[in-house]
Amino acid sequence: MAQPTRVQSDEPQSDPRKAGAQAHGPVPIGSPTARPAFDDEHPPSAELISDCVHCGFCLPTCPTYTLWGEEMDSPRGRIDLMKAGLQGAPMTDSMVQHFDACLGCMACVTACPSGVQYDKLIEATRVQVERHHTRSPGDRAMRAAIFALFPYKRRLRALRGPLRAYQASGLPKVVRRSGLLDRLAPKLAAMEGLAPVLEKREKLPERVPAVGQRRAVVGMLTGCVQGEFFPGVNAATARVLAAEGCDVVIPRRQGCCGALSVHNGRQEEAERFARSTIDSFEAAGVDTVVVNAAGCGSSMKEYAEVLADDPAYAERARAFVAKVRDVSEYLAELGSVAPRHPLEVTIAYHDACHLGHAQGIRQQPRALLREIPGLQLKEIPEAEICCGSAGIWNVLNPEPARELGDRKARNIASTGATLLVTANPGCLMQVSSSLERQGTRMGLAHTIEVLDASIRGLPLSTLGPQ
Amino acid sequence: MSGTHGTEKTAGPVLGTSTDTVPPEATSATGTPGDKADAIAAVTRVARAALPANGLITDPTELRTYECDGLAHYRVTPALVVLPETTEQVAAVVRACAEHGVPFVARGSGTGLSGGALPRADGILVVTSRMRAIREVRAADQRAVVEPGVINLDVTRAATPEGYYYAPDPSSQQICSVGGNLAENSGGAHCLKYGFTSNHVLGTDLVTPQGDVVQLGGLAPDAPGYDLLGTVVGSEGTLGIATTAIVRLVRLPEEVRTLLVGFRSTDDAGAATSAIISAGIVPAAIEMMDALAIEAAEAAVHCNYPDGAGAVLVIELDGAAVEVEHEYEQVERLCREHGSFEQRLAIDAAERALIWKGRKSAFAAVGRISPDYIVQDGVIPRTALPEVLRAIADLSSSSGVRVANVFHAGDGNLHPLVLFDGEKEGAGEAAEEVSGAILDLCISHGGSITGEHGVGTDKAAYMPRMFTDEDLDTMQLVRCAFDPDNISNPGKVFPTPRLCGEVPGKRKKPHPLVEAGLADAF
Repeated sequence: MAQPTRVQSDEPQSDPRKAGAQAHGPVPIGSPTARPAFDDEHPPSAELISDCVHCGFCLPTCPTYTLWGEEMDSPRGRIDLMKAGLQGAPMTDSMVQHFDACLGCMACVTACPSGVQYDKLIEATRVQVERHHTRSPGDRAMRAAIFALFPYKRRLRALRGPLRAYQASGLPKVVRRSGLLDRLAPKLAAMEGLAPVLEKREKLPERVPAVGQRRAVVGMLTGCVQGEFFPGVNAATARVLAAEGCDVVIPRRQGCCGALSVHNGRQEEAERFARSTIDSFEAAGVDTVVVNAAGCGSSMKEYAEVLADDPAYAERARAFVAKVRDVSEYLAELGSVAPRHPLEVTIAYHDACHLGHAQGIRQQPRALLREIPGLQLKEIPEAEICCGSAGIWNVLNPEPARELGDRKARNIASTGATLLVTANPGCLMQVSSSLERQGTRMGLAHTIEVLDASIRGLPLSTLGPQ
Repeated sequence: MSGTHGTEKTAGPVLGTSTDTVPPEATSATGTPGDKADAIAAVTRVARAALPANGLITDPTELRTYECDGLAHYRVTPALVVLPETTEQVAAVVRACAEHGVPFVARGSGTGLSGGALPRADGILVVTSRMRAIREVRAADQRAVVEPGVINLDVTRAATPEGYYYAPDPSSQQICSVGGNLAENSGGAHCLKYGFTSNHVLGTDLVTPQGDVVQLGGLAPDAPGYDLLGTVVGSEGTLGIATTAIVRLVRLPEEVRTLLVGFRSTDDAGAATSAIISAGIVPAAIEMMDALAIEAAEAAVHCNYPDGAGAVLVIELDGAAVEVEHEYEQVERLCREHGSFEQRLAIDAAERALIWKGRKSAFAAVGRISPDYIVQDGVIPRTALPEVLRAIADLSSSSGVRVANVFHAGDGNLHPLVLFDGEKEGAGEAAEEVSGAILDLCISHGGSITGEHGVGTDKAAYMPRMFTDEDLDTMQLVRCAFDPDNISNPGKVFPTPRLCGEVPGKRKKPHPLVEAGLADAF
């Protein structure tokens, strides 16, 4: 294996600075077949890498560093690995393992005082990994299955029937108690444990008219997992927007926004989903595209980068990005007109990483929730640390994901709240399975469902067990 | 001292040559590459047997991520990284190092700013990031017993529910480790009133460079006998590895007031600082930032410091409510009398946190206004502040090298940030020259070359400017008493390895001071 940066000198450390310089100069490639980790097509930017001053402020917020206490599984360590790659080090299995282990939660971006754009760096790196690294057959098969399923609503819908039947059968208890699946196929077991109890799907019309005077016309993304596993969230979003005076346009032909692909380096797939999402909403003729899933919103705000190299779409992508709003961001901007009914409940609000860290949206959902009379809001300790869901990370890395989930669940339980509120389907699935494992019974809801219940004057019981 | 934690305690500190643990003719590295590789292989074998499988890092690409600490312009990739979880594992690795003459370097979170945890290419890096248990919080005794990898702020988090906190607060307190703090005798903004780490560590389990585990100090204050604990705290990893720390907890104050004061110039802010201290007030902290540092902090954390300020002071008063009220009135008046144009009192915890965030993220925030920088850490008598700051400004304008100033004004601990662009030919050298000249300024004003970051790799060359050869030789006597083979973080603190011999490995000849009849080996 090449040792691009190893400084092995016979002399005792004469001048470490020189050693550093040596490490940054031209790098010998160890074996003749070793190819540098990155090609020239958008490798992680050397300029962005140089913003990192190695202060370490990112470490305590990084989920993998908190788990394992290792540099190479920390943001600044991964940046070091990228730097090594840029200097010619080959893409070894261990290097890929550390990039793959990153949850992409972007807590480090929030924590970084130097403004390092780790989000851009890791995404560029992941595209390179997908291009140059051959994964193990098992890993390949698992990823292929995930990406053949999750981004496709119809396939997810086809799964709903059997899943509901399975959940109704009492089999889940038997399966979980036996632990058989954990032993045979831990990743499959993770998926089994994460699947939410399915609610009835409400069919949404293509246009929901504003209640009272119309204040705006907005488009709405229905999402894949959100739409199929949490249809109630979409229905609530449409109702709240309408109650606040919006005509809500829900393009029927919209597909996956590509979030999972963007966040996993599947460049071409991501581009394809981005183009078709832009097409759908352009055709709908709306000025604002409202998104209720944090992961989707965050990747839709990245379309300008995803499609930067596509002359036909680059400009349209920039225009599209300017229209994208998370639902809480949009409602806070709009200001509320619909009266709120009291909800006597103590909630813990969980910042979804792709809402808080990636989009910087923390105050808006809290402000909206605080408008509800009687509602008490509790902050969760270690709020900045990811719950371990991270898109498909919890499926690919079941064990560490469980540790992170359990840690989050303990912190949530410590607030004494009876209802957990967050804005991402992934977090809801992850946290709910951890809470269940820990034996904590509490309601789980999306922010918008709480607003919907308040506006409609529904009882608390509609938001799950209290 | 009762052995309530840790194992393998000896009755007390045993200082001596390593003949107890190392056969006199043990195979020591003699310096050829093959021997060194063999020695490292031997230590690796021991580590593999003693540590969990994931506790060793040998992959070259992975090793590279440990090539520097918080001072990134010194880089050396270690031969082996170990991540022990217990004192026994640390001791096993160190014993093997001693046996084979392999140098080792301890590292906590890797945030140090003097290159104190810079690895050796021919050595082992012992990383304590997995030793992060807070073993005990004994609030009634005002003590906590923690492992070395515990994050500084986590001690406070654990003690706060009981009404206590851990006082030393380096700017990196959210990530720096207690073990690293102990090694560097770290300070922080609140050390003006509460003292440095050395005032807050009451005991430690130390793995000596021979691999013995000894207990220094303890739960009771002021252990009888020589203050070996005092010797170890701040020894920058040259006397062994601390694997437990017993730290003092301080009662949370009844009242805290944080005041942000804008001045037109650093002269005014410096004069106000001196006036406050002269009035007999000891604030918990008085921190100063100049215009360039403010610009960086604003860019990073939008801390909303007063517009147009040439300098700001962050003044924190804490203690009994009546006392704070009384001091606050005086501080407010003294600042006004010395030209403050804006004063803001934090009205709640959120505002206080924002004021501190600006100050505490200032070093790293400078990354926003300059690609590279050197953080200096000089100390001057407080009264010399205005003069030295003017001299730094002159240095900056004559050399064209920008210097931002962030510092603990209350105790005259300067942190000039010398900005440069490493990509530009000669810029690094010019910055280093300015940085060195600033240290000379500190020394010539009766100050010191480091206040709290340590000497490490970075300032070793400046030690002779402050100390005579005799001084340095005397310090070496202490080092040799603990580490006669010079394997514990060699090459740090002292300019060139003196007397003990720089090259790790067993010394064949008697110690030069012994030979000269000036001293006896312990």
